[in-house]
Amino acid sequence: MTTVEEKNSDITLAISNLDMYYGAFRALRDINLDVHRNAVTALIGPSGSGKSTLLRCINRMNDLVPGTRIEGEILFNGENIYAPGVDPAEIRLRIGMVFQKPNPFPKSIYDNVAFGLRINGFTGDLDEAVERSLKRAALWDEVKDRLKSSGLALSGGQQQRLCIARAVAVEPDIILMDEPASALDPISTLAIEDLMRELSHEYTIIVVTHNMQQAARSSDWTAFMTMGEDRSGYLVEVGSTHEIFTNPKEERTEGYITGRFG
Amino acid sequence: MRAESSNITSKLNPRLVLRKRIGALAYTVFVLSIAVGLAGLLVLLTQVLLQGLPWVSWHFLTDYPSRFPEIAGMRSAIFGSIWIMGLTFIFTVPVGVGAAIYLEEYAPKNWFTRIIEINISNLAGVPSIVYGLLGLALFVEILQMGRIIVAGALTMSLLVMPIVIIASREAIKAVPQTYREASYGLGATKFQTVKEIVVPHATPGIMTGTILAMSRAIGEAAPMVAISALVYITFSPSSPLDQFTVMPIQIFNWVADPRPGFRGLAAAGIIILLVILLTMNTVAIYVRNKTQKRSEE
Amino acid sequence: MVNNPLGNKSSARGGFDHDLQVLEENLVGLGSMVEKAIVKAVDALKDRDLEASKLVIEEDNIIDNRRNALEETVVDMIAIQQPVASDLRTLITTLHISMELERIGDYAEGIAKISLMMNDEPPLKKLVDIPRMAEKSSAMLRKSLDALVKRSTDMAYEVLNSDDEVDALYDQVYRELLMLMIQEPKAIQRGTYLLWAAHDLERIADRATNIAEQVVYLVTGSTVEKGKIYKD
Repeated sequence: MTTVEEKNSDITLAISNLDMYYGAFRALRDINLDVHRNAVTALIGPSGSGKSTLLRCINRMNDLVPGTRIEGEILFNGENIYAPGVDPAEIRLRIGMVFQKPNPFPKSIYDNVAFGLRINGFTGDLDEAVERSLKRAALWDEVKDRLKSSGLALSGGQQQRLCIARAVAVEPDIILMDEPASALDPISTLAIEDLMRELSHEYTIIVVTHNMQQAARSSDWTAFMTMGEDRSGYLVEVGSTHEIFTNPKEERTEGYITGRFG
Repeated sequence: MRAESSNITSKLNPRLVLRKRIGALAYTVFVLSIAVGLAGLLVLLTQVLLQGLPWVSWHFLTDYPSRFPEIAGMRSAIFGSIWIMGLTFIFTVPVGVGAAIYLEEYAPKNWFTRIIEINISNLAGVPSIVYGLLGLALFVEILQMGRIIVAGALTMSLLVMPIVIIASREAIKAVPQTYREASYGLGATKFQTVKEIVVPHATPGIMTGTILAMSRAIGEAAPMVAISALVYITFSPSSPLDQFTVMPIQIFNWVADPRPGFRGLAAAGIIILLVILLTMNTVAIYVRNKTQKRSEE
Repeated sequence: MVNNPLGNKSSARGGFDHDLQVLEENLVGLGSMVEKAIVKAVDALKDRDLEASKLVIEEDNIIDNRRNALEETVVDMIAIQQPVASDLRTLITTLHISMELERIGDYAEGIAKISLMMNDEPPLKKLVDIPRMAEKSSAMLRKSLDALVKRSTDMAYEVLNSDDEVDALYDQVYRELLMLMIQEPKAIQRGTYLLWAAHDLERIADRATNIAEQVVYLVTGSTVEKGKIYKD
């Protein structure tokens, strides 16, 4: 088993001194986090710790909510994604997202996967791209004979894999996953975890999860966040998953992962 | 602990039989309520059918009105209605849906938008004659269009537009936010999201609104009276710039005529109006269901 | 008693915490039973008390059973509770320590068996150093278990550092007995038995240092490097 250090050594995303506000309320406090390329980084922490909020800052989804603003920066391959003049749509093309509750479009399986390609003016072979994405999401064999049927007719676990196929179709650099398996049954959950590991060979994965065992099983790096007294979320500790789960440095981290707190 | 629970049990007084009887009574009341409505409708229909069916015939549809009830027909009114409905549809739907899209997807949530929303809701309740007077003043006189179909259709559009806007807004609001998020998450622009995801998903609801609006439009007499002024039309309009009459007006004319036979004609006219309305709605609902099914396949 | 870093505030895992506490009590209980066995065995050797030796041998079965019960409990808890971080280290070290204790119990039983075998012949010499080794070894065992309960790396290091003393005593006993056996060939059988007993005691001290190393791992999360000078 390659050590984490061998697996990747460069940072693809650097979050520095990030504060995020909903109007006057500070939701995230002074987040500093480096994300390693082609690895799985898990964000864990109790409810209200700001994990999903942080995730949504990374692909600027919070821009859709009026009244939000950030201070600090997020460098993606060296460039600040919040610099003035940067188009969020461009960012979202390179940083994709899979949501907590599977949300395939009310379209056919084929059209779901092809959607991102079509709206971004794809000029290549659409059939081939759709097939490739569905294979990457470990869904091809199950749906190859019914690509024209509705995406909504699939089971929960299949729908989530469809959403993953949709996200990888545009070949992003980073895939953000917001509790991707929390709405699924245990077998589907394990399938998604396996998929995350597979995908991390080609993509960088950042996953928010409530499920400690999932974080331990499927991630290379783990970041623990919690809610402060001012109700803002902050980063307590980040380290290799091995370290965090056998010998964390911070008491609060230990308290959370052993289930004593949070 | 045990003593406590038996304490509760001894204080209960279920009287199940009585409660069930009350339930049955309420059920009867509810059934009677709908029965009354249905009964009224049935009486109305029966009367209309009895009075009008003898007068319904092919020549009733193809002849022009006349002083003589035996040879009178609805031809001009039918064509006039079709023209009005068609143009109203063309004016109302794009503008109404566009307004709904703007209000739901683009407009910032501030006091100004709020005022617009309140006004639209109010407009839906304004009596139709007011629209008729508005159309008369604005289209016929100020813009000097004259009492032509275009003026009538524009007036009718103003009348039914709030219905389309409100129904479309509800349909757009009902599109789950997660679809939009998924679309944005793939790098789509706002317009692409609206065009590819929101509007297609809202289309059944928008169509429902349109059906409601057209159903209202086909039956409104007052604003059309104001625009076309009860002229005795004995020709079918051949362009939007012609004068016109519509079915409700024709029916009204016949009802008002005291001479024998015209009451029957009016009833026949109502039958034709209802038939056209039902056909229109059935086709529209069929199309809507087809669209809905296709998007869910 | 379990030294939870967050104190014993009520937590979402009260049941688990209670189980961990009981586990530690059982472990320490096994430790003191083993400690007593060492003392009894060596006393019986010194006093040539046949009955006491037989008792030690019998009671070793109880020690073995208690160790097995402990291990089963630990495996259960790992499967059911999915422990991580210090909980995991606690359970793993409990497994290791219970094994060391069972081995120490076996050594005590070995010494008791030697007592039985030596009883047929007259005593070889007055036993002085061997009881001293026993004292030191059992003290090391006691301190290592104390270190566990108090989660003290200082005490653990003290145990690690006192291994040299026992080794020195063993060298002394070895030379003395060797001398005796060379001088008096008839004493060779008894001398060999005593050598074995001394060797058992030296092994007991080693095992106690193993326990101390487990305590360091439990508290710090890192393993002690062999050959280092043990200090903070």
